[in-house]
Amino acid sequence: MAEQMTVKPATTDAAVLGYRRSPAHHLTEIMAEAGGEQVRLREVPFLTQITIRATSPEAVAAVGNALGVTMPSAVGEVAQGEFGDLGSDSSGSSGSSVSVVWLSPDEWLAVLGDEAETGVAITAVVESLNVALGQRRGQVVDVSSNRTTLELSGPKARAVLDKTIELDLHPREFPVGRAVSTQMESVAVILWRSADDTWLLMPRASFAEHVVGWLADGMREFS
Amino acid sequence: MTQHQNHQGGRLERGGRLDRDQSIGFTIDGTALTGYVGDTLASALVANGRLRVGDSIYLRRPRGVLSAGVEEPNGFVRVNGDHNESMLPATTLELRDGLDVTLLDGIGVLDDRPDRNEYDKMHVHADVAVIGSGPAGLAAAKEAASGGARVVLFEQDFELGGSLLSDPTITVAGQGALDYIARVRAELEAAPEVTVLTRTCVFGSYDNNFLVALEKRDEVASAKGGVSRQRLWHVTAGQVVLAVGAFERPIVFSDNDVPGVMLASAVKTYVERWAALPGRDVVLFTTNDSAYETARCLTKAGATVTVVDARPEVKAAVSAQEGARRAGLTVHTASAVVGIEGSEGVTGAFVAPIDDAGQLAGDAQLLACDLVAVSGGWTPNVSLHSQRQGQLAWDDALSGFVPSAGVKNQFVVGAGNGTYDTDDCLIEGARAGRGAAAAAGFPASSSADDGDAVAESAEVWHARQHRAAGTVRPLWAVPAPDGSLDTHFVDPHRDNTAADVLRATGAGMRSVEHVKRYTSISTGIDQGKIGGVNTIGLLTQLLSGNDAKAIPAGQPGQDAAEEVELTASGQPARRPTPGTIGTTTFRAPFTPVAFTALAGRGRGTLFDAARTSPAHSWHVEHGARFEDVGQWKRPWFYPQEGEDMDAAVARECRAAREGVAFMDATTLGKIEIRGADAPEFLNRIYTNPFLKLPVGKGRYGVMCTVSGMVFDDGVTLRLADDRFFMTTTTGGAAKVLDWLEEWSQTEWPELDVTLTSVTEQWSTVAVVGPRSRDVIAKLAPELDVSKEGFGFMEFRETTLASGIDARVCRITFSGELAYEINVPRWYGLKVWEDVAAAGEEFGITPYGTETMHVLRAEKAFPIVGQETDGTITPHDLGMDWVVSKTKEFIGKRSFSRAAFTEPGRKQLVSVLPLDHTLRLPEGAQLIEPDALGDYTGEGLPSAPIAMVGFVTSSYHSQALGRSFALALVKDGPTRVGQTLLASFGGQFTEVEVREPVLYDKEGARRDG
Repeated sequence: MAEQMTVKPATTDAAVLGYRRSPAHHLTEIMAEAGGEQVRLREVPFLTQITIRATSPEAVAAVGNALGVTMPSAVGEVAQGEFGDLGSDSSGSSGSSVSVVWLSPDEWLAVLGDEAETGVAITAVVESLNVALGQRRGQVVDVSSNRTTLELSGPKARAVLDKTIELDLHPREFPVGRAVSTQMESVAVILWRSADDTWLLMPRASFAEHVVGWLADGMREFS
Repeated sequence: MTQHQNHQGGRLERGGRLDRDQSIGFTIDGTALTGYVGDTLASALVANGRLRVGDSIYLRRPRGVLSAGVEEPNGFVRVNGDHNESMLPATTLELRDGLDVTLLDGIGVLDDRPDRNEYDKMHVHADVAVIGSGPAGLAAAKEAASGGARVVLFEQDFELGGSLLSDPTITVAGQGALDYIARVRAELEAAPEVTVLTRTCVFGSYDNNFLVALEKRDEVASAKGGVSRQRLWHVTAGQVVLAVGAFERPIVFSDNDVPGVMLASAVKTYVERWAALPGRDVVLFTTNDSAYETARCLTKAGATVTVVDARPEVKAAVSAQEGARRAGLTVHTASAVVGIEGSEGVTGAFVAPIDDAGQLAGDAQLLACDLVAVSGGWTPNVSLHSQRQGQLAWDDALSGFVPSAGVKNQFVVGAGNGTYDTDDCLIEGARAGRGAAAAAGFPASSSADDGDAVAESAEVWHARQHRAAGTVRPLWAVPAPDGSLDTHFVDPHRDNTAADVLRATGAGMRSVEHVKRYTSISTGIDQGKIGGVNTIGLLTQLLSGNDAKAIPAGQPGQDAAEEVELTASGQPARRPTPGTIGTTTFRAPFTPVAFTALAGRGRGTLFDAARTSPAHSWHVEHGARFEDVGQWKRPWFYPQEGEDMDAAVARECRAAREGVAFMDATTLGKIEIRGADAPEFLNRIYTNPFLKLPVGKGRYGVMCTVSGMVFDDGVTLRLADDRFFMTTTTGGAAKVLDWLEEWSQTEWPELDVTLTSVTEQWSTVAVVGPRSRDVIAKLAPELDVSKEGFGFMEFRETTLASGIDARVCRITFSGELAYEINVPRWYGLKVWEDVAAAGEEFGITPYGTETMHVLRAEKAFPIVGQETDGTITPHDLGMDWVVSKTKEFIGKRSFSRAAFTEPGRKQLVSVLPLDHTLRLPEGAQLIEPDALGDYTGEGLPSAPIAMVGFVTSSYHSQALGRSFALALVKDGPTRVGQTLLASFGGQFTEVEVREPVLYDKEGARRDG
């Protein structure tokens, strides 16, 4: 496609980015204290998150192309790619790895690193995707602030999740790299297995405290 | 310190699954006793020579331990502690050091002190769930696990082994029973994908092999903090093997509840598993062969045994009767125990011969004894099978209801399937384990043992089951010499007797479900485990052939094919069989579960999410009191030192009307909408037009249900030709998104429109009041904030002084000049603090939801859900202007129905109490002044008093200097100027009806 984008250098000023407060920021200590050898919990703040909606195969292909991935097409699938011109210039500062999580037949969540670390502006990603989508049916929405990411890791992480999550988390059914939307107690979360013993939970921001509360409570047994 | 009596007089010198090095003390009704690690409370009581437990629930008859398991109907205790727990069967209560119990008389009382123990839940999935760890269950688990399948083995006892624990001397798979248990256990525990759960009872079985089990973890919990005391397991299994055993039935005879009457299998279990001898002179009353094992073990333990066998001489080459005689026992055949001597405990049994019809055939003789062991036959434990609607059928030879057709992806094995021979249980269990593993996709790796080599047909297997069970002669009720049935206990826990069953049939009850409810049999804690089948058996004796025709169909275990034979006179010839009657319905829970275990950790702060905005910490630091709005915690008001709510709200209102104030509006629902057809979509959703809304402007809109009732409202901004930003009410966010998706996906899929919730992407601060312009000018220096440069219902994208990009709108919910600043949520706290700092020189005041309500009510802005209740149209709210007369929209057609146009609809007005200080309660009824008649408010009126409306919102207005209210009143606008009576709390007070808007009717304040 001819919709090649040059990544805008319009990264938000570092001082401005410093004003951000992540949804679980005030729980940092609680999370640290709950952790131990067996299981640990922390927030991975400020990930860039973009909701992508697209229906036609052309639109799906175009947004995938813009992100440098083949868009995943089934529940649980996550596609990995590199966004931006990594490596082509010597600074190599304006690229980020990107993961695209399948959420529904016409909905995905693109997840990139924190703008402050990758140098890839949220606005640049949104613009790139909007250009790719063009006039076709669909939507590109910045939802970076909408959710936060909690990382639960350690040999007992799965046992802690089993206390609240009803899905089968056994590696046969939920291998590394799988991500799904599910419920944790009453809270909708995206659950993502990023490594053997590492799980990401992405609740909406105002539910972060409740999710941390449940996880920290479930961790006490293993502290 | 308590001195524990160490006289376990009933404890045998040797044997039992006990750690004799660990004597532990416990207290019962204040008496200190000892037992061993490995005991249950009941086995320790038996070892201490105490069979007597509490009295019965209604008749207050002395009772004794009857069983050794979950079916116990007599021995209940309260465990005393920080939170007393009642109605625990002594037979399943694991003995622990310091246990302090009180015997109960068949009923307990909930402790009103809070239970501070922890309870939690676990959700796991398995390829194969094996329930029960007797010989069949162990064999099944072993085979199922051998191919790598995920297996969960559930055992409600604290030890694996089931019936093998009571048969320690038999040989199982070539080794001693206990060695076999240990070997299988070690094998299972070494398998990485196997979970062995002891102390865990599967109490519910649901569709798709979803099982719910309760694990009792007391000991683990006491060893370590943060560990739940009980854990509820939610298990979804591909395959289920039910290896849940069988219950022995008592026999219904006169005074069969006297302490010292005990199930024969329980006697054997106490002797073999716990080396506790319940009696030394034993009369063993049986209807079948199984009890002879009890006779054998009692004899070995040094007791004397006399057998009373209901059956005539059993003609077999080697019969159990003959074996017992050869061992030196007296065996009375064709005889029955017809009564008991003693009331606090058995001192003798009356034994009499019976004829073929079960009637007394001679005089009774008294045999002195201290224990009567009884065996009325066996009832397969079919609860979990039947909970899944698994079929049952009465098997006459086995004398029990037996699973007759399987449940999909389930296997029933062992005694629960009527298979009573241990070797057969191993074969059946292993076969099911292999079948389950193969069905789950993990075929067993172990080579098939000889049991599998013979693939019997069902008929051959049944014949084998029948041979193993021997001959059974059920005695549903043994006649007493005096003919009475008053102390023939059928359900000891409910104190129900054979006489009660007779009364039920006498009153016309025919269905066993009716008999159950007429008598209360099977409604007690054991849920019919003891008395269920005996009741059904009794009904076969009490009902005639004619009655059988009146038994309704549809009960589990009923034999639909059973023909009612007719005599020559056309009358049914035969009494009903158990198969004619069927069983009552089996339901979860199989054993009792505390509600607190079902609640798990979902209590207190973990009960539900408390959603907070990013500025929440600021609100807390500034003394906000919070109000729950849905799951949100919203600041309600911010009292200052010495202020009550009224004073704080008055001050906040004054600031908003006279200076400047700010509110956290983050909780409003927000939806981003994109698509070429988005304007058309919104135009159909909202009652007012949206097609021509210019980019850069916003519009207030109302949406209705198809029936024309107000559903939600809010302001929607047009960001670009094809992009809109909709706000909804705080409580309506989720339902509005669902509503829009439903119309988009199901009714108008041809419209190019896509919706995404961004409620939590944005944080919103409302800056309100005549001086708000000054504050915004400082915060957003790049913005032209002049009246001309930034009009009402417009918005601007700008960069704030802080460098943060923001979307600022001119929207008001108070009638004052007001702005809303939207920024990505993670900047929410920073911007809120910046607003506070920028407004400081103008005396900016934070305000909460109460002030917001007062300000909007003074302007008669309705709140969906407060002024509306699903029966109110926009017109009823006086908002005709928001309803288009030309375009189509959801709800439009309903507005032409007569019910919407005729008089008598409740419509919005304001009402002013004549007493300016009186705040009417919301919900107060409004009536016509002359509607009262002579009613004064005392007692009830002689006739109903018609109400014409009710108060929806009521406040004190700082601006008006008086109280006021909004109300929905029939034909309200035509009543302006009238006086009505408000009725509340038994008093009546005059109010004046006014037009809804009470403040700034002309809207002069909007532009500052």
